[in-house]
Amino acid sequence: MTGRLARIARTTRILSSVAAILLIAGCTNYYEIPIETPIKPKLDVSAFQRVLVAGFIAGGTDDVDGNLETTRLLRSQLRTKSELRVIDTDVLPLMEVANEDKGAPQEANAESPKTDGKTDGKTDGASDGKEGKSDPKVEARGEAPQPASPDKAAVIKDAKDLEPYEHVFADVEYWKKIGEEYQNPLIVTGTVMFTPHQRSGIVQREEEVYDSFGRRRVVPVRTYMERKGYILQPKFIFIDGRTGTVMHSENFREEVLYNANQSTPALSSYFELMDRLIPSFLSTLSSQRIKGTRVLLE
Amino acid sequence: MPIRTLTILLLLGTSAAPLAADARSDAKKQVQFGIAVAQRGLWREAIYRWERAVQIDPKYAEALNDLAIAYEHEGDLEKARVAYEKALELEPNNALIKQNYELFKEINDRTTRKDSQDNQNP
Repeated sequence: MTGRLARIARTTRILSSVAAILLIAGCTNYYEIPIETPIKPKLDVSAFQRVLVAGFIAGGTDDVDGNLETTRLLRSQLRTKSELRVIDTDVLPLMEVANEDKGAPQEANAESPKTDGKTDGKTDGASDGKEGKSDPKVEARGEAPQPASPDKAAVIKDAKDLEPYEHVFADVEYWKKIGEEYQNPLIVTGTVMFTPHQRSGIVQREEEVYDSFGRRRVVPVRTYMERKGYILQPKFIFIDGRTGTVMHSENFREEVLYNANQSTPALSSYFELMDRLIPSFLSTLSSQRIKGTRVLLE
Repeated sequence: MPIRTLTILLLLGTSAAPLAADARSDAKKQVQFGIAVAQRGLWREAIYRWERAVQIDPKYAEALNDLAIAYEHEGDLEKARVAYEKALELEPNNALIKQNYELFKEINDRTTRKDSQDNQNP
């Protein structure tokens, strides 16, 4: 009986040491290492040396000129974060071009296009008769982007109002002409909707509470809140200036909401939302590197 | 007769174990060298070493994990995905490989989402 017990004890000891050895062997060495993952650009823009941010058909709120601000912002981002040379010129009067193409001047058409910076003295209405298009489309050049008329922006209040203008992006002849004018650049254009937005409902937030012993606790509290903010919906369209055809287009949607009693200027909300989109926009044209850490194992 | 068969099988079994151990030991040397060079930024050399390690011992999950990281660093996301998935197939409970894979997936999903997102005419 004693011999049997001793045998069992010995077997248990052997088994436990084997388990310990296996456990130690299982604990592999590891090394944290920083890595940078390169993300290839979505578009091959190697054929282009220059980029023209032509302008946008914008609408939503009158507080922000979506066309002018988006053009300025994208130009400055491309200047610093892409290898393409950014062409500085006036924003193209795309709404007018779209209206002329349709041959039915609309409310917005009554406004003079923002070609104030023109130096050649041609008039905006001077049509060349070719497909209903006129020279002003390619004449809109100057030193700096000119502000678009607020009345124009007011015409477009929601995404549906944009539809009558969108055909301009498919106007190959027009973009080819623009391309020739600026020595075949990559053209960036599109639409920008920046609309006020409000939402009310139950919101969960954290609140500090103190119990009878004076101990502080943070508890989630669900409250009904009125919130307001903005929705930014840009559509970036990339056009080949050599052929006038659309190479790529991308839709984005970002929104921000604030407490109703918080007054945030529309322009700062616009920049806040654009900030979120810019990396995605840039990754279309230039490669990005995403930094991170991984664990190497032995 | 059965005793002879059993003996042969036993011999085969005992000789296979050291062979596998040798393969793992050779592969481990490659992995260690790969780690040393990767830490100095020589990722191409590291890839070479870890590929060798996987050739020597195809069931070496850690080598596959390291190889996946190197592919990721080089921007070869498809190869990285395959290597991570093989590593996890071999060691599904390895928390470190899982963690690396999750981080990789975040980036990979983002790029594939982007690719499929648009490319449509306006």
